[in-house]
Amino acid sequence: MLRALRHVVAPLVAFALLAALWIFWTHPGPALAGTALDSQNFAQIERGRYLTIVGDCASCHDDPKTKAPFAGGRPIETPFGNVLAANITPDRETGIGGWSDDEFVNSIRRGRSPHGKLLYPAMPYPHYANITKEDALAIRAYLNSVQPVRKKVTSDQLPFPLNMRIAMAAWNALFFQRDAFRPDLSQSAEWNRGAYLVQGLAHCGACHTPKDIFGADERSADLQGGEVQGWFAPNITGDPSKGLGRWSVEDIVDYLKSGHNAAADATGPMAEEIGFSSTNMTDSDLKAIATYLKSLSDRNGASPAPITASDTRMTAGASIFAAQCSACHGSDGKGVPGLFPGFALSLPPHAADPTSLIRVALEGARTVSTAAEPTGPGMPSFAWKLGDAEIAAVLTYVRNSWGLAAPAVTADEVAAARRSLAERAEH
Amino acid sequence: MPRKLPSKDVVVIGLGWTGSIVAHELTDAGLEVIAIERGPWRDAPTDFPITYVQDELRYRLRHELFLRPAQTTFTFRNTMDQRALPIRTWGAFMPPNGVGGGGVHWNAETWRFLPSDFVLKTHLTERYGASFLPPDMTIQDWGVTYEDLEAHYDQFEYLCGTSGQAGNLKGQILEGGNPFEGPRSRPYPTPPQAQGFSHTLFAKAARDLGYKPFPQPSGNLSRPYVNSLGVRMGACSYCGFCEWFGCANYSKASPQTTILPVLLRKSNFVFRTNSEVMRINLDAAGQRATGVTFVDDSGEEWEQPAELVILSAYSMFNVQLLLLSKIGQPYDPVANTGVIGRNFTHQTISDVVGFFDKDKFNFNPFMASGAIGMCIDEFNGDNFDHGPLGFVGGGYMGQVQTGGRPIETTKVPPGTPRWGAEWKKAVRDNYLSTVVPGTGVHGSMYSYRDVYLDLDPTYRDRLGRPLMRMTIDFHENEIKQNKFLTDKFAEIIKAMGAKQIEKQYRKAPYDITKYQTTHLNGGAIMGTDPKTSALNRYLQSWDVPNLFVMGASSFPQNAGYNPTGTLSALAFWAADAIRSQYLKNPGPLVHA
Amino acid sequence: MFFTPAEAAAIEAAADRLIPPDATTAGGKDAGCAVYLDRQLAGSYGSRRGLYVSPPFLKGQKNQGPQDPDGPAAIYRKALAALDAYTRQRKGDIFAKLAPSDQDGILHGLERGDVNLEGVDGQSFFETLLKNIQEGFFADPIYGGNRDMCAWKMIGFPGARYDYREWIGRHNQRFPLGPVSITGAPDWTPATKT
Repeated sequence: MLRALRHVVAPLVAFALLAALWIFWTHPGPALAGTALDSQNFAQIERGRYLTIVGDCASCHDDPKTKAPFAGGRPIETPFGNVLAANITPDRETGIGGWSDDEFVNSIRRGRSPHGKLLYPAMPYPHYANITKEDALAIRAYLNSVQPVRKKVTSDQLPFPLNMRIAMAAWNALFFQRDAFRPDLSQSAEWNRGAYLVQGLAHCGACHTPKDIFGADERSADLQGGEVQGWFAPNITGDPSKGLGRWSVEDIVDYLKSGHNAAADATGPMAEEIGFSSTNMTDSDLKAIATYLKSLSDRNGASPAPITASDTRMTAGASIFAAQCSACHGSDGKGVPGLFPGFALSLPPHAADPTSLIRVALEGARTVSTAAEPTGPGMPSFAWKLGDAEIAAVLTYVRNSWGLAAPAVTADEVAAARRSLAERAEH
Repeated sequence: MPRKLPSKDVVVIGLGWTGSIVAHELTDAGLEVIAIERGPWRDAPTDFPITYVQDELRYRLRHELFLRPAQTTFTFRNTMDQRALPIRTWGAFMPPNGVGGGGVHWNAETWRFLPSDFVLKTHLTERYGASFLPPDMTIQDWGVTYEDLEAHYDQFEYLCGTSGQAGNLKGQILEGGNPFEGPRSRPYPTPPQAQGFSHTLFAKAARDLGYKPFPQPSGNLSRPYVNSLGVRMGACSYCGFCEWFGCANYSKASPQTTILPVLLRKSNFVFRTNSEVMRINLDAAGQRATGVTFVDDSGEEWEQPAELVILSAYSMFNVQLLLLSKIGQPYDPVANTGVIGRNFTHQTISDVVGFFDKDKFNFNPFMASGAIGMCIDEFNGDNFDHGPLGFVGGGYMGQVQTGGRPIETTKVPPGTPRWGAEWKKAVRDNYLSTVVPGTGVHGSMYSYRDVYLDLDPTYRDRLGRPLMRMTIDFHENEIKQNKFLTDKFAEIIKAMGAKQIEKQYRKAPYDITKYQTTHLNGGAIMGTDPKTSALNRYLQSWDVPNLFVMGASSFPQNAGYNPTGTLSALAFWAADAIRSQYLKNPGPLVHA
Repeated sequence: MFFTPAEAAAIEAAADRLIPPDATTAGGKDAGCAVYLDRQLAGSYGSRRGLYVSPPFLKGQKNQGPQDPDGPAAIYRKALAALDAYTRQRKGDIFAKLAPSDQDGILHGLERGDVNLEGVDGQSFFETLLKNIQEGFFADPIYGGNRDMCAWKMIGFPGARYDYREWIGRHNQRFPLGPVSITGAPDWTPATKT
């Protein structure tokens, strides 16, 4: 229902505000003061390179076919359709080589390219808004130093009327708050560094914060879990039952660095993020991120009570689990550190939204291989073997055993997931 | 005309245990390595997942993970005056195919040979005199000693996380381990596996008879483990679907679970699957390998040039490639000249089945692993006095039952009809209370002049190449050895409390239809004399110095143990020689 | 898929003699052994896919393994036709319609080598038949035999399970859980309230 509304309401609102806001929003932003670019400043270029890793620019902007760095062309899924990531190599005709430094900084912090063209928030500029001018210019310096690629990318792929970028003017007016980062002086330098990264370049909320019907962040539910590309990015606040409160700072750092910790093994979009980005970040930055996340609370909604073991879904689930799951995940649900997720501490099992859990059961999963944790084991698909009620039963069992409590998974949810995954596979 | 690929430093033929070990070692040395594998990529979630691997029909009886005889096979005869006929479907052994080789489907029984095994000719001659040995027995010393290999056995065991109990720690004999083993420098990396009821009962009976039983060293791990390369393995869950099956929960040591995750990440390593090497190419003088020619799965031929060639296919195919590439002089058993194809051996296996009172004994045979078991080594190698017995050799024996899969493990007591109502009742009454060790007696097979390999004159494979021909039969020595060992084994089974036992001696003629391990050895043996061996002590070809030939094809004779521990230790040993000697000064490492 | 109705009748009858029904467990016919064999012969087992089938096919020693130009599919066709021809001539009817004791007599005869079938090695055929029927009885039910895991229940084999770590040390104790197949078990589906 909400999905249909999105396609209707947003463009209507945009049109309604169009006339009033047109003149105001096409004025270019003010020129920026700040550190000038020096093409021979290797420290700045290296800093910019590191920041593009933190921002994981490559995973959207690398050419998916030729792998040319930052040459663009990859389709980025939005709830409204796909857009193509831009060519941000310094090519003067087809890349951003012809932009001024001010134009570059405005584009990543404010969502506007030269000539007033507005960007879709598939480019997570609402998150990048808090990047300091220094950091933005360092990124520019680095991007100036990469191989220019002559390749025209037409980013606009959305259907009418969503392909009218002017509609973004209204969207921005409603939802975009151009906050520069303001440190909280009551917190440590490490916490502030973590906040700067999480709320900014690392753009965690782009996946982990739920979106409203306009596709904007629900600010009141920051980092409390969001749906993305057929997965559920879990709650990563410090709440002990809903978030990652039971993970230590070290657990979080291990996970981001190597893809694994004592209980969890990254798969899906997070495996990609880790492989491209956080595995290459410094330990102190990862520790800062962990410190910040653990400080966040989630007061939205109470934790549910566990479903009793005698429930018919639990007894069926227990039978399946003993025959098919315990050989890897353990009869105690503890898994094997670094190899098989332990359910009590892994996040997807007790997330309110079971999308990721269902997806892994249906499709199987391959975890990421990193230098620190090279093994990269895989789990097979159960889609052909178990019916909807059976998958729902075993997942209900997993979510309500070993001290966990979460809403039951229903056969209908599994059936819906099968359908949407099949559609996804066709595209 | 094959198209030529860019040259590499090393080409590795076959990506099983030895191929993976050598590729890993040589990429660490900075070389550009390509591995060419005849079969497909194999991986747990896609080839043997927990959702359907528990399928005796598919994996054991229909040979899911094995080489298809249609791709290539061998011909077989007992003696030289017979005509060899093709092995149209596997029976006595099952060659692997695919990445991981035999390391995917093996039982993970991880043994070391005895010190005396490596100097067998010298040792037996000294103890019993030359005339004690049959005149046509062609056993030889290996050219390496147990001491040479100890560090490399250790390397392999710590790579795999082998679960066991040390018996001889630097000369000190430890309770609960194998008192006959060669001295080891440190304990096993993980403790022994848990044992089932029948295995434990066997140990008790053996102890009561004065033997020293110990747990079989197992590559099915007793606990999760991180190996020397940082690769993680899980703990074995005693599923009972081990040999012939891949492991679904990453707890059986294999190239996939121990080396490949790290090897595949290296920028200086690439590999091709479904690509069959046709021959090793030599220069005009025939003294240097220039690379290999292989055919891909569309039938296209390619040439892969390389400076160094590692032949690490399954033993029989190593020998076949040497013959087809005209490397080394083919063995002629009549003239007793040549080396390629000589000293071919298998294993001398037998079993004793024990039937117990079903109201007193419940063995749950389906709970087991591939290398579970309690064994004794009193009758292995030269651990006992052969003087009064009139044979040489021996083997370990034990209750090493690996599962209770019903198609093959529903035994009925001798005298029961083979079908009908009585048969059905006997199956029902005996399944849970019968001990079926399997390879209960795991005896050596020594080498003989008339047991050898060559190329078949009639039959060819799908690519038109002559099949390997096996000429093999049991000799009197092994028959006597087996009778003796089987009788000893039967005493222990009886002492467990069996109400009835069935001795299944190994008898001549050698039968290609009855499974007796896939431990085929020899044909390209190592040694000290180029007239009687194909390789020097570093597994380097005497004829072509930039060719090294791995695997059990290098064994001059077989010992009373499973071969994988030893052939893997030899691979580490050879890789070490390549890194520390050959690369600095390419050329023959031994001047005979 | 493979058998004609007449062939299927013969196989079912033979299956019920090789594995007769009794009070507690189905016989070979009700267990689905003929269904199993029908599918196997229609598939790669019957056609010898993957095996070495190049000529020349020469007769050798038994220990050199099968050298028959015919694969299982052809052998079963020939043997079942020859079997019915034999019993029609000697016993007055096709195999499937004989009394069980007569059927047993024929099977014993094949096993001993006394019963000579036209154009087919009867003794060798019997060994193949016995092996195949017993396979079908004990294989996973997905293959058509071992219906409802009846054979596994008969002997106490828990089937396609994988984790016995909590049981390996419980010596001489009965394993209490029933069998599961590759397609699962009845208690995997949650009971719905009516």
